[in-house]
Amino acid sequence: MTGLMQEMTAKALRLNVPLNVQLDLTYRCNERCVHCYLDHDDHGELTTVEIKRLLEEMADAGVFILTLSGGEIFMRKDLFEILAYARQLMFCVKLKTNGVMIREREARRLKDLGVESIQISVYSHRPEVHDAITLLPGSLKRSIDAVRFLASQGFKVVIANVLMTQNMQDYSGVRALAAELGVDCTLDPTVTPMMDGNRSPLRLGVDQSALRQVFRDEALVGDVEEFCAVPAAADENDMESLPCSAGHTACYVSPYGDVYPCVQFPLPTGNVRRQRFLDIWRHSDQMNEVRSIRLKDLTTCSHCTHVSACTRCPGLAFMEGNMRGPSSQDCEKSFARTGIESANMLAKRRAVPNLVQIRAVPAAAGAIA
Amino acid sequence: MSKLFVARDSRVAARSLDGEMMIMSGRDSTLFTLNRTATLLWQAADGVTPLDEIVERRICVEFEVDPSVALQDAESLARELANHEILQVSKEPILQKSAGASR
Repeated sequence: MTGLMQEMTAKALRLNVPLNVQLDLTYRCNERCVHCYLDHDDHGELTTVEIKRLLEEMADAGVFILTLSGGEIFMRKDLFEILAYARQLMFCVKLKTNGVMIREREARRLKDLGVESIQISVYSHRPEVHDAITLLPGSLKRSIDAVRFLASQGFKVVIANVLMTQNMQDYSGVRALAAELGVDCTLDPTVTPMMDGNRSPLRLGVDQSALRQVFRDEALVGDVEEFCAVPAAADENDMESLPCSAGHTACYVSPYGDVYPCVQFPLPTGNVRRQRFLDIWRHSDQMNEVRSIRLKDLTTCSHCTHVSACTRCPGLAFMEGNMRGPSSQDCEKSFARTGIESANMLAKRRAVPNLVQIRAVPAAAGAIA
Repeated sequence: MSKLFVARDSRVAARSLDGEMMIMSGRDSTLFTLNRTATLLWQAADGVTPLDEIVERRICVEFEVDPSVALQDAESLARELANHEILQVSKEPILQKSAGASR
């Protein structure tokens, strides 16, 4: 984030302005990624008219950065109409897509509309790996073609790669592919539970040794020693700081109009079909509860060695049962970085009951207790 | 002196935050902020109202400034914003697609 953007974010925080919103236009998708957290059936998406009204409300509320995502946004026939309206309202529009439906014509239209940047998911440089994750034959070729079409229009394109057991060996190949295409690349080792709480996608996440390997890859993290250093002890300022931007300067709206603090934080705070966006943002009890939490309020994490440097996600913690509790996946990451177990890991270890209890019995009793 | 016309560039993103305009260039995503005076000019830059009228009706009404000094400052600001491609400046009315009303 640039200095000026940081300054504006700080100002938005002071003024309680939702500077940054992700709006998922649909959960429908033409891919069936094995790690996806969404139910792809349409349960009554916002109509074009409803979305336009929501965009007006968001512009009035001060939203500046609008990320349109899904599902696959190109599944919406009214996508370009929505984009044109969003740009008319002068949002900084970012898109997340798999790119499968972007050809030269779509790339040109997106450029004409002044879309700021586009993120495209690529899981491997090898079709047999990528297509086995998306379950759509030919999808890697189409996604890469899209990157080429967009890059040729001068777009800022980012390839987003989620690290899983299936593609663990391929992240360097994806980075090389991105370099060849002249675009940026991000790598995220976090697989999230489904929105309904189903945790089965987590079985696809990488293990400790893989995390350790990634966190010690200089090409990814820069100075490994610095990245993996034991964090400094938290001071008073750290303990008064916010866990993340969710509910503070950012939030998420689902295709059905439900507003959440973040796409990864499925705590319902209101619905734009029944309430004004700004009323939900300002007055929802749930949003205000999220807003009230400081690091010092975290039940286990406030005592943890990692508290000042942890990537703890409040949404993942919420999905584990307590928005003030730890997010085990982030504990694993802190452990992989530093080799030091988190307070949560230590507590869990202590809490494991002995399955076999051995009790000394006086010989005279001679009986099994 | 010939009239000058100014129009918001349609490729930018913009939002008002507590009276100050945040503007992201469509060329390279550079972020700018405008102070309150510059924000008034930006908001009034519809491509058809001459700059001297904008200065007289919007800026001089809001701030106690000498109109000729204010116009000089506004012209130099407009040209600077034009250099960053967030505003268009022309001696003729600008009738092409301009950015929407900024909020």
